[in-house]
Order: sequence, then structure tokens, then C-alpha cells
Amino acid sequence: MRSLSELIYRTLAGIVVVCSYLFLLAPLLVVFVLSFGASPNLEFPPKDWTLRWYADLAANGEFLEGLRVSLLLGLIVTVVSLVAGVTAALALTRHRFRGRDAVIGLFTSPLLLPSVVLGLALLLVLGQVGLVGTYPGLVVAHLGLTIPYVVRTVMMSLEAVDPSCEQAARTLGAGPVTTFRRITLPLITPGLVAGAALSFIISFDEAVVSLFVVGTGTTTLPVVVFRYVSNNTDPQVAALSVVLIVFSLAAVALIERALGLKRVLSKG
Amino acid sequence: MPTSSRSSEGGTRRAAAAALLTPGLLALGVSFVVPLVWLARMSLNRTVGPAELQPDVSLSSYVDVLTDGFMWEVAWHTLWLGVLVTVLAVAVSYPIALFLARTRSRLRGLLMALAIAPLLTSSVVRTFGWLILLSDDGIVNSALSTLGIIGEPLTLTNNVTGVVIALVEIMMPYAILAMIAGFGRVSKDLEDAAGSLGAGRLRCFVRITFPLSLPGVLTGALMVFVLTVSAFITPRLMGGGRVFVIATEIYDQATTTLDWPRASALAVLLLLLFGVFLVLYQRLFRMVEGR
Repeated sequence: MRSLSELIYRTLAGIVVVCSYLFLLAPLLVVFVLSFGASPNLEFPPKDWTLRWYADLAANGEFLEGLRVSLLLGLIVTVVSLVAGVTAALALTRHRFRGRDAVIGLFTSPLLLPSVVLGLALLLVLGQVGLVGTYPGLVVAHLGLTIPYVVRTVMMSLEAVDPSCEQAARTLGAGPVTTFRRITLPLITPGLVAGAALSFIISFDEAVVSLFVVGTGTTTLPVVVFRYVSNNTDPQVAALSVVLIVFSLAAVALIERALGLKRVLSKG
Repeated sequence: MPTSSRSSEGGTRRAAAAALLTPGLLALGVSFVVPLVWLARMSLNRTVGPAELQPDVSLSSYVDVLTDGFMWEVAWHTLWLGVLVTVLAVAVSYPIALFLARTRSRLRGLLMALAIAPLLTSSVVRTFGWLILLSDDGIVNSALSTLGIIGEPLTLTNNVTGVVIALVEIMMPYAILAMIAGFGRVSKDLEDAAGSLGAGRLRCFVRITFPLSLPGVLTGALMVFVLTVSAFITPRLMGGGRVFVIATEIYDQATTTLDWPRASALAVLLLLLFGVFLVLYQRLFRMVEGR
């Protein structure tokens, strides 16, 4: 009697968990399947399979241009965020100074700002200096979103490094730069990898802030997709979505191996 | 070591810290602090004609927004959406979070990644997925009519129903993350103890597991709420321009009407709303984490 109710409870609990997972992953799974379906009306389940939509994608100038812009932008944003984030993280973990808590607060607060508010604020300022729809404007717009994550991941790594390794190198006559390059940098590689992957994918996928600051100029891929999806849904977008999902999965895998996805993304 | 040398070393270290902080502070100053100050300043200007503003220090945009009946309707709508999505997202995320917090399965890492990974996929892509699923001739409608449950297709896109369904799914990873963090106190031992004392599984859940998991539920709920009331992509795409929330209103005022003082005033008000709930969230998070 006891074990029967136990069995029923476990089965029900299992079914509920599986259904919740299905709901969570439904949109991504559907997009994935339909990108290979032959029907242009997004018929599900597809009766025939094709790679036609991927071929169309490779010939779509608008999408390709957006992809080019987003890749380039993602790379620039990642490099700048790493420089700004690593130096800041070093200062915040290896130095004690007045106002340190306030600076930590500043470096983590953009994580918590609604994107529409940030987007509007950036539009106003970038419009004033004529940078709407330009690469410098887009880089500035994305930095506020990415730097906090780099500071966070690099600080996680730095806190795990025993400062006595660095002190030993200094005692043996290495300068601060050599110590950083030969001792600290190799030890914080996981933080760098996770920070870089996060920066890139956040910039690459960013849609809201970009929508505000692209104007009629240089347009990123998520903005192109957003505008396209506002008017039509077709398998070509599904194929494009799969490409975007692959980028995300690569980032997820890198972050998970380097520091652990859950640790990096927990807010608080 | 002579005192002078120590203090000069202190000076060098301070200089080093300042030098290290400069690039980051500069970048954040340009991309975050200056724009927000500018936004606050803009909200005090006065709109005198279509897309024409007059520099001023007045609260006229705030008065305009707060005396506009439509704006109150939009604000009310936004809050209502926030509450509804929060309740539903927490309800569907709870089983996954509880499962992940307690499972001893070897697949735990993979299942955890699977639950959080959607967070790093574009919300445009995920909303597009829901557009396909919920359109008039979409998967959900054709499945329901094949099963004979409905005759006419249900209207699930271009209205608030679609927005709610898609937002619930998009918020799930955030809810799961926050809940797992708060589930630290739910211990398997206590449940086992209750079980060995003769409590059934259901009774055990109601009396032990659920009360202990409440802090996690609350942090998850607050997280989802603040993110929902400021969401833009999903309300715009799933709503097809027919669902109005504060975020879509800010976007329209900024890019279509070009009423920047009004858009800025709305943004400041959204920020205040967001801030209040965020402070609550952080207090709660620290309490739960025991920091």
C-alpha cells in the first residue's frame, strides 16, 4: 500500500517535471524542426525535409549584412569589455581603498537596469553627438551590458587565486606586469573565457538597446530579425534562428566548462 | 622598514588601483552614467510642439503622464501582466527547480544547463518560436482541432494571451535560477524524517517541503515581476502592436511620436517602479542566502 502511493507520487512528479521542461524548450525545439521542414507554411510535423531555407539564408543580403555587423560588433565589444573588466576586477580584488563598495555597486548595477530605459537614455546621448546607427555608438551602447559580467566572472576567478603565488613572484624579483602576465593571467583563464563568451553572446543577441540606437544606420542581426518577424514568419527565419541558437549553445558550453552556468548567471 | 617608504608604497598602490579602475570607470561613465543623467535631465524639459522641445526645468512631462488616463490604463495593464506572468512562471518553474535542487542524478549538470541555457538565447528567437506555435494555423491550434477539442481556431497571437504564454516561458530560467538559490533550506533529511514518522508524500510536501521552499519562491517571483514589467520584445512581437505596456509606450514615444521629455519621464517612472521591487528582491536574496 505504502509503496504503491510512493510509486504514484513519483510518476506524477516525473510527468510534471517533464511537461515543464517541454514547455520551456518548446519554442526552441519547434524552430529547430521547422527550419528543416519543406513546407513554406511552417507545417508541423513536416512531411518532407529540406535544406532550402539555409541556402536561401546564405543568399539573403539583409540577413548576411546583419550577421556581419553583429559578429564584428560582438568581437569589438568583447575585447573592450575584457580590458576594462579585467583591470577593474584586479583593482577591486587586490586593492583595498575607500569607496570600494560603491565602485563594486557601480560595476554591477547595469545588470539590473531595464533595457528600454537604458536604450532610451543611450538614444538621447548618442543622438546628441551624432553616433546613432554607427559602430562606435553601438559599442558604447553594449559596453554597459557586458562589462559588469566580465568584472563578475574575473572577480570570481581572482578570489579563488591564492595571492601568495603573486607575492612569491614579486619577492623573487618579478615586476607587477610580469607577475600579472606569467602568474595571475594563466590562473584566471576560466574567468576570462566565461567573461568573453558572455560578453560576446550578450552583444550578439542584444535586441532592445540596439533597436533604440540603430536608427536608420548600421543595423545588427537581432534588429533585422525583429523587424522581419514583425511582418512575416517564414522558414527562413527559423533557419536563421537555428544559427543564432548554435552561437548561444557554444557560449553556454564555454561558460559551463569554465565557471559553471548557474554560478555566473545567479543574480543578487 | 622606514615609515616614509611605507607611506610612499601606499601612495604607489593607490595610484595603481586608480590606474586599474580608469578604463572600466570611463567605459561605464560613457555607456551608463552619462546617459542616465541625460535621461533624467531630458525628462524635465518641456514639449512645445510635435518633436519640438524647449529646455526647461519643469515637471510638466510628469504631470502630463500622470494626468493622462490612457497612461494609467497602460500602467495598470503592465502591472496586471506582471502579476499574472509571475504567478504562472513561478508555478511552472517550481517543479523543475525543486527537482534540480534535490536530484542526485548523474544528469543533474546537463539538466541544469538545459533549464538555464534558454536565458542566453535571443528573446527574439524564442518569441518567434511562440509565434509559430500559437498562430491561427499554428501547431497548437491544429493539434487542438485535430483532437476535436475546438472547431474554430483560438486567437492566441496579436493579443495578450500570446504575450502571457510567451513571457511565462521566457521568464522560466530566471525563476528557476532564483528558486534553486532559495531552496538551500529544503533538506531531504527532514522529508525522510517526516516519511519515517508516517507522513504521506502529499502531507509531507504540504507541511514540510512547500513551507521551506517559500523564500525561494518569493525571490523567484520578485525577479520575474521586475523583468516582466520592463519587457519589450515579447509584448511588441506577440502583441502585434495591440498590447500596450509601459515599455512599448516608451519606445513609441521615443521613436514614433518623438516626444522625448515624455518618453524620459515614463522611463524614470518605470525605473522607480523597478527600483522599489529590486531593493525588495535583494533584501530577500541576502536573507535567504544568509549573508
